[in-house]
Amino acid sequence: MNLILETKNINKYFLEPVKFHVLKDISIQLQRQEFVSIMGKSGCGKSTLLYILSTMDTNYDGELIIDGQNMSNQTKDDLARIRNEKIGFIFQFHYLLPEFTVLKNVMLPALKLGKDDANTIKKNALEKLDILGIADQANKKASRLSGGQKQRVAIARSIINNPKIIMGDEPTGNLDSKNSEIVFDVLRKLSAELDMSMLIVTHDHDFAKKTDRIIEMEDGFIL
Amino acid sequence: MKDLFIILDISKTHLLAKKKQTAVAALGVTFGIGMFIIMMSFMTGLNELLDGLVLNRTPHVQIYNKTAPTETQPSDRYFDVLNNLNYIHSIKPKSRLERIHNALPILSELKKNDQVKGATPQATCKVFYLAGSNNLNGVISGIEVKEEVRLFNFKDYIVDGDVNSLIKKKNSILLGAGVAKKLSLSVGDKIQVVNTKGANFSLSIGGIYQSGLAEVDDIQSYVNLKMAQQILGAGGNYISRIHVKLNDINDAVPISTLIKNLYDVEALDIKKANAQFDTGSDIRTLISYVVSITLLIVAGFGIYNILNMFIYEKMNDIAILKATGFTGKDVMYIFIVQALVIGMLGGVLGIGLGYGVSLIIDEIPFVTEALPTIKTYPINYDPLFYVTGITFALISTFLAGYLPARKAQKLDPVEIIRGQ
Ligand SMILES: Nc1ncnc2c1ncn2[C@@H]1O[C@H](COP(=O)(O)OP(=O)(O)OP(=O)(O)O)[C@@H](O)[C@H]1O
Ligand SMILES: [Mg+2]
Repeated sequence: MNLILETKNINKYFLEPVKFHVLKDISIQLQRQEFVSIMGKSGCGKSTLLYILSTMDTNYDGELIIDGQNMSNQTKDDLARIRNEKIGFIFQFHYLLPEFTVLKNVMLPALKLGKDDANTIKKNALEKLDILGIADQANKKASRLSGGQKQRVAIARSIINNPKIIMGDEPTGNLDSKNSEIVFDVLRKLSAELDMSMLIVTHDHDFAKKTDRIIEMEDGFIL
Repeated sequence: MKDLFIILDISKTHLLAKKKQTAVAALGVTFGIGMFIIMMSFMTGLNELLDGLVLNRTPHVQIYNKTAPTETQPSDRYFDVLNNLNYIHSIKPKSRLERIHNALPILSELKKNDQVKGATPQATCKVFYLAGSNNLNGVISGIEVKEEVRLFNFKDYIVDGDVNSLIKKKNSILLGAGVAKKLSLSVGDKIQVVNTKGANFSLSIGGIYQSGLAEVDDIQSYVNLKMAQQILGAGGNYISRIHVKLNDINDAVPISTLIKNLYDVEALDIKKANAQFDTGSDIRTLISYVVSITLLIVAGFGIYNILNMFIYEKMNDIAILKATGFTGKDVMYIFIVQALVIGMLGGVLGIGLGYGVSLIIDEIPFVTEALPTIKTYPINYDPLFYVTGITFALISTFLAGYLPARKAQKLDPVEIIRGQ
């Protein structure tokens, strides 16, 4: 067994407007190369959980271990580096930098990582965009794309650094069934070929059925 | 280094993407700094003008003969004061000549002192000006023109003719503007003056003197020192006043005390001679400090507000950058760079604006009787205002970028995302 991500009894509360226990004793494990989907009703806490797992939210109780490292001991700068290197995140509402070109949006995390020179990064970015079928949009401003296109750019951005884990918050929510299938195939292929694990929130049963395992959530619990 | 490059790249994209906003923010800075420079240049220009008006022409120390009752009266010496009560009514000063005793040695001693910038002798005589059937009371001062010009900007008050005519022609006179008007005389004309003993002298008008103070211009004229001594019927050592200019005006009080103690003369320092003026000048300086600080604060808040808005609009970008692995510091630098670029741009334009408007004000005519040498509004082009302006622009824009960015630096990316 080869664990890439593990949580132990994660609890999270929202204090505003009233104290609200969103996540209750979440303990999950994710294996290397495993493709897991998370399902559950709207409002049950999926996005909240994903933000914690991706280290973007540090305000919780319990333990989060990524690639053998305990996240509670890390400084914010360390967490930023870990996010940059090991985690690819696809937001529910895509979140691109609107004033930058599509290409730049995809390149930025790699430029920050700084493993390759700018030319190689550009080539890689174009490759990823091509896989997702939007290479022709590369030089457009991100704000000029349609919702589905933006989502695919966000996916390209999440995989640019070949992270250990990709977390997606409904990455296919805005896509038609054909493109949704393309995205699934891309993710599947990456997980096998590049040793990536997938943790994907989805409402799409067809999508979920094709994954290795489905985690069901309800009212902040894992079922 | 590599991070710096990305930071600059991102900043550039941000600034260029919203050109209009960038321009508005920069113009906010420009306006604030420009206003500051214009106000300061104009205000201190006026102040300097007023100061110069008095300070330039007023000697730092004036030396003349004492006319005061002797402090120790002979009776006090005879009946010692401790055991007797001596009381004398209506003490009058002893009659003395108007000339300073030993003026020439005093003069040469003063000139040797290195705190003294220069000292000029004057011989003053009361006269009547005659022209046709008119005669007017007046005072003629004999001066050393070159020194007066060097030390007291004497040339500025010669509104017509040539100040050097006194040197070229012995019987030349620089006639008070009021006198000239009353007698309807102008440069080149002759004027007769009569001294107190009734002797008549014919002088030719080489220039018109206008101080701006009507009561002076109505009586005062200038001739060469030698000429005045001749009118007085006195020798070359007859000097009634010595005017001293010091290198540092603050030495006026100690030096005048020293002179009083060393020689048997009266010495009046500029602080005493111009007490009211001194207070007025202090208050004007105070006001200009207050105004400049107020202007800077107002400009600073304006700049801070505009830039703060500029940065807050980019909060989403901060969250995204942090989510994809940029550290809090990276993000902070990105916004500080943008703020500083705007500050620099706006500041440089502000300096241009300030300088440009100052030049324009400097061309606006400003004519007044009191200031014969002033033709346009005065402007003080002190580089300090420009340095202060740009420094302030950079500090306030830096803070406007730094404070929100520092807040964002500490936040989890999700806190920003949820805050939307
Ligand atoms: N900042 C917040 N303050 C208070 N409550 C919040 C906050 N953010 C989310 N919640 C609540 O927490 C619960 C979980 O929200 P979350 O966004 O995780 O749901 P979700 O499972 O992702 O739903 P969806 O499928 O609609 O995206 C919801 O009931 C929501 O109202
Ligand atoms: Mg959600």
